[in-house]
Amino acid sequence: MFKYVTKRILMVIPVMIGVSIIVFSLMRVFSPDPAPIVLGQHATIKSIEVWRHANGLDAPVVTQYVTYVAKAFKGDLGTSYYTKSQVAAEIGARFPATIELAIAAILFATTLGVLLGVMAAVKKNSVFDAAGSLFALIGVSIPIFWLGILFIMFFAGFLHLLPSGGRINVMLEPTRVTGFYMIDSLTQGNWDGFKDAFIHLILPALTLGMYSMAIITRMTRSSMLETLGQDYIRTARAKGISETKVIGKHALRNSLIPVTTVIGLQFGALLGGALLTESVFSWPGIGKYTVDSILKSDFPVVQGIVLLVAVIFVTINLIADLGYAFLDPRIKYSSKKED
Amino acid sequence: MTEFDYPQDTPRPDPSSLTHLADETMALGERLPSGDIPDFDETLHEKPENQWLEMWRSLIANRAALVSLIFIAFLVFLAVFGPLLTPYNPISTNMAASLRAPSAAHWFGTDQLGMDIFSRVIAGTRVSLTVGLLAVSIALTIGVILGAVAGYAGGWVDSVIMRLMDMMLAIPSILLAITLMAALGKGIDKAVIAIGLVSIPEYARIVRGNILSIKQNDYIAAARVVGNTDFRIIFRHILPNALSVIIVRATLGISSAVLDTAALGFLGLGVQPPQAEWGDMLGRARGFIFQAPWTLLYPGMAITVTVLAFNLLGDGLRDALDPKSRVK
Repeated sequence: MFKYVTKRILMVIPVMIGVSIIVFSLMRVFSPDPAPIVLGQHATIKSIEVWRHANGLDAPVVTQYVTYVAKAFKGDLGTSYYTKSQVAAEIGARFPATIELAIAAILFATTLGVLLGVMAAVKKNSVFDAAGSLFALIGVSIPIFWLGILFIMFFAGFLHLLPSGGRINVMLEPTRVTGFYMIDSLTQGNWDGFKDAFIHLILPALTLGMYSMAIITRMTRSSMLETLGQDYIRTARAKGISETKVIGKHALRNSLIPVTTVIGLQFGALLGGALLTESVFSWPGIGKYTVDSILKSDFPVVQGIVLLVAVIFVTINLIADLGYAFLDPRIKYSSKKED
Repeated sequence: MTEFDYPQDTPRPDPSSLTHLADETMALGERLPSGDIPDFDETLHEKPENQWLEMWRSLIANRAALVSLIFIAFLVFLAVFGPLLTPYNPISTNMAASLRAPSAAHWFGTDQLGMDIFSRVIAGTRVSLTVGLLAVSIALTIGVILGAVAGYAGGWVDSVIMRLMDMMLAIPSILLAITLMAALGKGIDKAVIAIGLVSIPEYARIVRGNILSIKQNDYIAAARVVGNTDFRIIFRHILPNALSVIIVRATLGISSAVLDTAALGFLGLGVQPPQAEWGDMLGRARGFIFQAPWTLLYPGMAITVTVLAFNLLGDGLRDALDPKSRVK
């Protein structure tokens, strides 16, 4: 076990080095020269040269890479081509918004997904099961941005119930401490701000969480069905334990082990979905920032975000893998690599 | 889109072993229900059931899969003959008739530039299906080769290829796709490449897993003993056994390619105007969400039903391949 954990953690290092090389070469080698885009069509050759030198783009690529990585370790991800501000600081300012959204989405996806999955499994072949399957099928088929648009049309346009975008009413914005508006407004006793942040969060969270919810529903259903077929469930029933207890205590706990892993992996996947959701709802997080930066060819920003997301993604996958190994005692990882 | 991953070092449940089992169980299953012990001569002379025929029968017995298949055939028809069927030129603007609500003249209404949405939705079929098929072909070709080489060669070759796949999987696929688009530039041809490249790891992993389990079989050892080349062993003896699994994956792959194309289009990275593409139509009409909801309704519906159809077909194929759930 210890060997497996160590090996799994060490494997992250070459992957991250590789990712940084891939992203770096995509941005610096294969991309068109950003200078004419940033400086505009009428830039002179002289001004382009000056700009390239100022941004370190005239050095050999390998030197550029080494400088970039060395700086990145100190938390310096370079500066934006346009605003000249620190990329790390810009990301830091937007990151809490994305995390707040992702957490809300995963909470929704987990609660509803597990509930639907359990109901579908317990009442197999019933209306619940059919409805759950249909819901899950639509959840994986509907484009996330169109779902967001439909939500806005219905809840904001038709019912006038929820806001169509943004994160909070500017007047109610809490003083920034953690950057999580729900937490900041609550700790500052800003009750109206809390309510406003909450209603702004509902639609984006539902939109972003829908795909994960579908996956979690499917996974819970199949895992639960498998568990319900086990001998110890039959034994529990034979002992005369009430059905609620059999399902709640014996079946659910065991069938949720694989679901936990899926939830972990889905959280990573949400960071990808956030790109689209944030664009639809004008949510001021890193997703929208990424899209805007790509459209402007602001490469240092894109590079910084992709690397950061990769670090988070890999870390979450690692935790999910290790968590699975710890949670399920039946799994024994041999220290020797086997395929 | 992403799907959940198995922990990297755990042996994956191997679908190819199922197909092998399938043959055995099928053989058993065919004899058992008849009740009496079959006459030996009869079984000897019985024509072996064609596996593909069996799969096909089981597939069309699945109502959802059958409906999807018919719908996909209809989409292909639209993609091929679409230009002959559209009531209006899908790329001609008419500012005098912009943002008209659906009517007898314009079934799905008109968009902000007065283009007929019905015609554009039909025209978009060709783009989505072409991109879907091409992207999957790219991913499939490269993924199968990489997976086959990794699984067959093993050792350091395997390590290098699979670590490279891990690196690609370390970035959420849609983020990797738009990063590639940033480097390659806008355009639908670039979108095909970006979407194709990001789904390579899925195929490589599936094929590698299959090869690892198939290459242990005696008939592979036998093929090697009689002097077949590695190339021939991979393509004649190993890959055909993994084919069914690859087909299922590729069908589901088309649905995610269609989704990704729409997403890139929505972000303004796909087709360039005035060409019609569903995601791009949604992206450009976003500002009219309350004023003219029909501009956003129909293109989105087109994406959803197309993706749904490929998902249902993929699920149906998977069930048809799995003897346990095979509809008789």
